[in-house]
Amino acid sequence: MTDTARPMTSVHLSDSSRGRLRRRYARERNFKIVSVSALVLTAVFLVILLGSVVLNGWSGFLTTKLRLEVTYSAEHVDVDNPANGNFRMIVLDGLRERFPDVTERRALRALLGIVSNQGAWDVRDALLDNPSLAGTSRELWLPAATEVDMLNKGYVDRSAPEELRLIDDRTIAWVDALEQDGDLATVFNWTFLASGDSREPELAGVGGAVLGSFWILLVTFVVSFPTGVGAAVFLEEFAPKRRWVDIIEVNINNLAAVPSIVFGLLGLAVFLNVMHLPRSAPVVGGLTLALMTLPTIIITTRAALKGIPPSIRDAALAVGASEVQVVSHFLLPLAMPRILTGAIIGMARALGESAPLLMVGMVAFVVDLPSGPTDPATALPVQVFLWADSPERGFVEKTSAAIMVLLVFLIAMNGLAVYLRQRFEIRW
Amino acid sequence: MILTLVLVCLAVAVFLAGRRKAVSLTGGRTSVLHSRPVYHGFYVALACGLPAMSLWFLVLLAGDWMIDRTVVAALPGELREASGPVLQRFLNDAETLAGGGVPTIGITPELEAAAASFSHLTLLKHWIGFGAALGLGLIAAGLAMRRIDISRRTRQPVERVLLVVLLALAAISVLTTAGIVFSVLFEAIRFFDEVPFLDFLFGVKWSPQIALREDQVGSSGAFGAVPLFTGTLLITLIAMLVAGPVGLLSAVYLTEYADPRLRATAKPILEILAGIPTVVYGFFAALVVAPALREAGAGIGLDVASESALAAGLVMGMMIIPFVSSLTDDALAAVPADLRDASLGLGATQQETVTRVIIPAALPGIVAGFLLAVSRAIGETMIVVMAAGLAANLTANPLEAVTTVTVQIVTLLVGDQEFDSAKTLAAFALGLTLFLVTLGLNIVALRMVQKYQEQYD
Amino acid sequence: MVEAAATRDAPRVKMRTRGLKLWYGDKQALAGIDLDVAEHQVTALIGPSGCGKTTFLKCLNRMTDTINDVTTEGSVTLDDVDIRDRSVDVVQLRARVGMVFQKPNPFPKTVYDNIAYGPRIHGLAANRRELDDIVESSLRRAGLWEEVQGRLGDLATGMSGGQQQRLCIARSIAVAPEVILMDEPCSALDPISTARIEELIDDLRTKYTIVIVTHNLQQAARVSQMTAFFHLGRLIEVNGTAELFQSPAESMTEDYITGRFG
Repeated sequence: MTDTARPMTSVHLSDSSRGRLRRRYARERNFKIVSVSALVLTAVFLVILLGSVVLNGWSGFLTTKLRLEVTYSAEHVDVDNPANGNFRMIVLDGLRERFPDVTERRALRALLGIVSNQGAWDVRDALLDNPSLAGTSRELWLPAATEVDMLNKGYVDRSAPEELRLIDDRTIAWVDALEQDGDLATVFNWTFLASGDSREPELAGVGGAVLGSFWILLVTFVVSFPTGVGAAVFLEEFAPKRRWVDIIEVNINNLAAVPSIVFGLLGLAVFLNVMHLPRSAPVVGGLTLALMTLPTIIITTRAALKGIPPSIRDAALAVGASEVQVVSHFLLPLAMPRILTGAIIGMARALGESAPLLMVGMVAFVVDLPSGPTDPATALPVQVFLWADSPERGFVEKTSAAIMVLLVFLIAMNGLAVYLRQRFEIRW
Repeated sequence: MILTLVLVCLAVAVFLAGRRKAVSLTGGRTSVLHSRPVYHGFYVALACGLPAMSLWFLVLLAGDWMIDRTVVAALPGELREASGPVLQRFLNDAETLAGGGVPTIGITPELEAAAASFSHLTLLKHWIGFGAALGLGLIAAGLAMRRIDISRRTRQPVERVLLVVLLALAAISVLTTAGIVFSVLFEAIRFFDEVPFLDFLFGVKWSPQIALREDQVGSSGAFGAVPLFTGTLLITLIAMLVAGPVGLLSAVYLTEYADPRLRATAKPILEILAGIPTVVYGFFAALVVAPALREAGAGIGLDVASESALAAGLVMGMMIIPFVSSLTDDALAAVPADLRDASLGLGATQQETVTRVIIPAALPGIVAGFLLAVSRAIGETMIVVMAAGLAANLTANPLEAVTTVTVQIVTLLVGDQEFDSAKTLAAFALGLTLFLVTLGLNIVALRMVQKYQEQYD
Repeated sequence: MVEAAATRDAPRVKMRTRGLKLWYGDKQALAGIDLDVAEHQVTALIGPSGCGKTTFLKCLNRMTDTINDVTTEGSVTLDDVDIRDRSVDVVQLRARVGMVFQKPNPFPKTVYDNIAYGPRIHGLAANRRELDDIVESSLRRAGLWEEVQGRLGDLATGMSGGQQQRLCIARSIAVAPEVILMDEPCSALDPISTARIEELIDDLRTKYTIVIVTHNLQQAARVSQMTAFFHLGRLIEVNGTAELFQSPAESMTEDYITGRFG
């Protein structure tokens, strides 16, 4: 067989092949551009999402206060019983003195409206702290009403026609006058971090919701962690490889993908309607979320146990440890960093979860801070949901600020998980 | 509560005593024991704690029932023969009063008498029950202590008890599933007693509010779930149209093109996106996306509903991107490097290798990931509750408002509802549908993933 | 026979490397290789594990590009053109210098689609008939046609290991390469499949230039005309196969082929 007919140059060097190659490279380039833009788009989404939250929310951590000279006149305060004074009138008198030309009754009511309802309470507290103030005058910084707060933060469009505005021209003039004299200040909003919910945006805080979330997560962790680890140890180390173990396994994997709202239905039907646990209590929310978190913990624990090389097991068994001892002395301690990492991530997910909590009635309007797992409470994400539904302009920034608080907690938890993973994980 | 703690303390004390005895038996050379001293401790602690605790909890559970019976027996005739709910309310009030609370009805002499007997009997129950439990525990502990011996095999029984406990913990996950199935199924069946199954499944009119009026309870025309299903599907479809291509392509870029440093930064970004609570996405949809779409629509002369399916779908798509991307990433990474080399070795470009070899090879894994994403989108609640409407429109127009299964579940159940109304029961029927559909999708997807992994093992 | 004699007398150099060095990160894997690969001959690369023979093979069609953190130096020419030059396209190069891997790696597609993959991407067939022809002739040349003729639509991953490897050879033939690189093509196969592939390599030599990495010295002796011995990233000795095995010039080569190390 001779092969002299073979062309000296390869088909791959022909002109048509070269042209084709150019087209193939064009396709390659386009494909790369399209796929990198998908990634960029994702990043852009993230930036817009977080950006809009931060832009809307940073001012939620600030609040407007106004300086007012108030007089604890004998007319409104009884020296022997200072707690029972008419402090609203004291505030009004202070305002009247500040704006002497306001005399008409409706105008006076509007004038009183620039100070938050909390103002009268602050005036009272100042007196209770220092009873010798009775009969004297005092300059106090009082919280402004939400409309003034909005105006001060620049959320009111002054050029809009008056009837479309939240706040009328007259009030704007008062606020401007206060500002000109340096009687208006923007300060950090401790109330927002410390207090519970309120109907007034300027008084509403995430403190109650944070505590509620804390109790919920505590219950969730206490229930789901030992249960999940125990179940995983059984399935991974002791369960005979039989059919029903397979069924449990399939069941756990499916349970992990069941929509969270279905767990809420379960919580409603079992914990509230059958067991008659209190509605709106963290214990019910925590139990519901524990059932939801359980599969995650079982799955990560099993993965952590699987990740330990069999040689450790063999070595421990060879020195005469019983199977239980192998697990409790060697496997669990070795797997613990990964188990904890998984558990923290599971807890972070539970912290962000709101749908099941809606089902078990944790949407109540709760003003007081919950002091235990059976007190009525709400959770941070549910608080976000509730405020997002509120029509007042002042709640928009509160909602975003509450989201920022929620995200800070989530980032902290995930950061802790990453730290644990990197610090303690043993690579085999 | 405190009494329970006392019992726990007893068990701990017995544990310490058992361990001490085991150690002292050997005179310090614990190696002669068959089982470690700890096991002897656990052995007696279990022997003491298990019966005592069981008895105690039995007393706590059965005691209340017995107290109720005793109190009822002592009631005047007309109250005793009152209907179930009235009697129950009376008993609850008596219990509240006994606990120092304020009852819902006025305080009557009967109520006060009942309350007094309540507190009396409860005290009695506690002390008798506790005494019995304590006694039982001590006797059992004494017996077990006497059995401690150098050659006593205490490890095996202790480990056996431990295994039973672990088995019980593993069974909780199954009980959860059973709980879901039964609680949801039970209420759903009650719903289907009032509303025919087929009317629910194929009816096109959904308006549960009408059924609240007393003259129209369970009016069958109002519980047709088809608009809910189509609304859910429409939003899911929009979400997948966003998340499918974007998630797939970003995974392709990350696995096939990106250098390790970019990968190391991009992965955490995706994880952040995945970790953001859905309520945040919901707020974003309602506050930013929906108004923006509405304005954009007005700009080109389209009428976009303020709670359009498009806004909810787009944002849900954003939420699912990291989910799709990470599952696709796993599927692509599982394709053996051999195939990549084979294709490149034949002179294929990277793009040809990806689209003609790697994606087809990873297809089962990718499809499974998409199915899981669909299941997630169907079950997602907060975004649609906040950004999609309540209007049960039967439409395929993404610019109109639609409602979804999850939105309706939330609307029907949030707030104080009478639990027996057709309205609340309908939520469970919807929940059952949701559970079954997502379960089906998950089972199919997990099967596919499993088969796919086996293929390349 | 005239052709064959001419080749033996004046073997044209198809590929040539000069001073080829390669590093994985800081670790040098090739320390200046000068080797000529003669056209229409089988050149065997032998040596102990980790001696750099597979790395060297991958340099010949720049499969090294796909590994992160690799730097190379020196020249590799194909028909006297440096393949590391900017003007040479890697896709085109790999079409001309095909590769068969250690482990059979058919795509999870049908037998037909496996073979047709290369011609399709390179546009070698104008229509379905031509493509059918390429598939058939490639399978025939790989000696697989009789076995798979009726099963072209079956999944290639269901075939036996030996068949899969011949399919992979057919798959690279279908692209009409000039050189075929084989990286221990028989190491994962049983003796009977190995024998068939060795026969096949001998047949293919008439049309292609072949470079084969092998661990098996008998195989090198059976299939190759030239043998190169690598050790620790250096080319110790290269010669006609018969000469190298009978009278190695270097003592290290002798130690290796007599089984004293490696």
